[in-house]
Amino acid sequence: MSTTTPHRERPKRAAGPAASGVAPGGAHTKNPATNARHSQRWLAWIFLAPTILGMGLFTLIPIVASVVLAFFRWDIISAPTFVGFDNFSEVVQDPTVRVSFLNTIVFVVVAVALQLGLALALAIMVQEKMPAWLRVFFRSAFFFPLILSAASVSIFMRYLFNEQFGVVNWFLSLVGIPAVPWLTTPGGSAAVVILVYVWQNFGFSFLLFIGGLASIPVETYEAAAIDGATGWRKHLHVTLPLLSPTTLVASVMAIISALQVFDQPYVLTRGGPGDSTRTAVMVIFESAFQRLEFGQASAIGVLLTLIIMAITAAQFRLSKRFVFYQ
Amino acid sequence: MTTTTDHGLAGHSPRLSEGLPETSPNRRRFSWAFPIRIALLVIAAALTLGPVMWTLSTSLRSPSESFKLPPSFIPWNPDFTSYGEVFQQLNIFLLVLNSALVTGLIAVGQMVSAALAGYAFAHLKFRGRGALFSIVLATMMVPVQVTIVPVFMLIRGMGLSDTLLALILPAIPTAFGTFLMRQYFMGLPAELAEAASIDGASPWRTFRSVYAPLAMPGMAIVGILAFNFHWNEFFRPLILTISEQNFTLPLGLVSLQGNLGTGSISVVLAGVVLSMIPALVVFMFGQRALQDGLTAGTGK
Repeated sequence: MSTTTPHRERPKRAAGPAASGVAPGGAHTKNPATNARHSQRWLAWIFLAPTILGMGLFTLIPIVASVVLAFFRWDIISAPTFVGFDNFSEVVQDPTVRVSFLNTIVFVVVAVALQLGLALALAIMVQEKMPAWLRVFFRSAFFFPLILSAASVSIFMRYLFNEQFGVVNWFLSLVGIPAVPWLTTPGGSAAVVILVYVWQNFGFSFLLFIGGLASIPVETYEAAAIDGATGWRKHLHVTLPLLSPTTLVASVMAIISALQVFDQPYVLTRGGPGDSTRTAVMVIFESAFQRLEFGQASAIGVLLTLIIMAITAAQFRLSKRFVFYQ
Repeated sequence: MTTTTDHGLAGHSPRLSEGLPETSPNRRRFSWAFPIRIALLVIAAALTLGPVMWTLSTSLRSPSESFKLPPSFIPWNPDFTSYGEVFQQLNIFLLVLNSALVTGLIAVGQMVSAALAGYAFAHLKFRGRGALFSIVLATMMVPVQVTIVPVFMLIRGMGLSDTLLALILPAIPTAFGTFLMRQYFMGLPAELAEAASIDGASPWRTFRSVYAPLAMPGMAIVGILAFNFHWNEFFRPLILTISEQNFTLPLGLVSLQGNLGTGSISVVLAGVVLSMIPALVVFMFGQRALQDGLTAGTGK
């Protein structure tokens, strides 16, 4: 398919330069250029076809379909019926949906704060003076959990947080803390979901901060040292302001991914006990694929997307005030 | 990393990815800052690697000993019975085959389609290029969960439900890969195309013989990223596959855990360790590429 264009173009192109090559002057440069532009246009669309067709089919049409579907009641078996805003009003009043959105917000705030704080502190510590091999070791260690699947991480973490024979409680017992019922109480399981999520994902923010720190010119620190800024004050007055663009990117990405958390609570707790670890995405999954309420699931999805868009927009707006560009 | 900062401005590059050259060291008295910092980092690394060490070690205990405390972090006398047990309880060959097939085809599909589209956006001129690229970028912001219901129906409509193709096809068009490849091709000089066209090469030949070979490292990043993400993917396979013969590894492991309850930790963990091996191999050989890919486009 992609070979047809060059074949069709080749005789023209071959004739172009050859013909104009004999005649001196302006035609010499004009002809091949127009030919190239013409065949470029064809080639561009052929090159783009797999990506554009695929995205149209599997992303753009589904987005539109999802919004439309949110106004219908449909269980796949019977014909869809138009219900206006009923899905939205039912969803907004559904206590499970409400709790799941609230859980998601609490999760995002706590997990993202922990993730960014930990990543920033570790990135600053790793970038200071130490042997190169040690730095490589620490970087690899913090990066490592990113390559594991959230499902398998959640499987072994479930054992580590087991109340009777879990390693976490065994360590706590060494310092005299009685066994914590991690996965059987609402607070405990919420904490486990957050800890496991942060454990797996802080490495990503860490990498971003490492990149940001490496781009701060040394001269800035030299100037700060002359002004008498050392130790923590150096980081407070130099590193943090200069790192603010990186922090913006890191927080936007961390928030977007935390809003979509599913694997960890699904494998660790199945949303329980009660609804304590049920997240927005879990409710979408359950209403669509367990209760076959596709319209309601779409409505929840649309609401979640609106929230993500609003938060992202707000972040960029806020960042105009707090982000300092060099 | 032995840079001293007291001399000249031009002596060293401030943007070394190896990190900041140190600011003037405090030579006057012994400082606790260094040992404390290293100790904190060691604790953080132990917390990061510890759970994985424990998983490996416990999978190498005999099933009857897997509950025992104190926990072991180093497998002193490994016992491989749990690994044999996994192969009996779980059709692990089929799971690995499914995962490899799905992940491999997605990776190759993404590498090819992203390279083609990235080249078009970087070096070919056509109407609506800027607008189309913005649309492609915008699709990165859409969470999978929003499109999963219509995608599920589309797959059903195409008669592909509960097949591996249902996992592969929707994952091939990649906004991030296209973006990455565009950046990569923009880094290659446009003069190469001019030189090739003076030599009489068609635009297609210019891409195939000049740009595509030079873009291999970029394509490798796209492939490694695709591999890492889809090998570990859980949400889409959970929805798009129904029968166990179409499960991928993460689904199989979660179902294994469900079947066994708390019966035998070491068997489940042996499965977990087996599923980590390909990820570990990628980590060892492609760590640099993975890091660059994950953070690509996020800098200034």
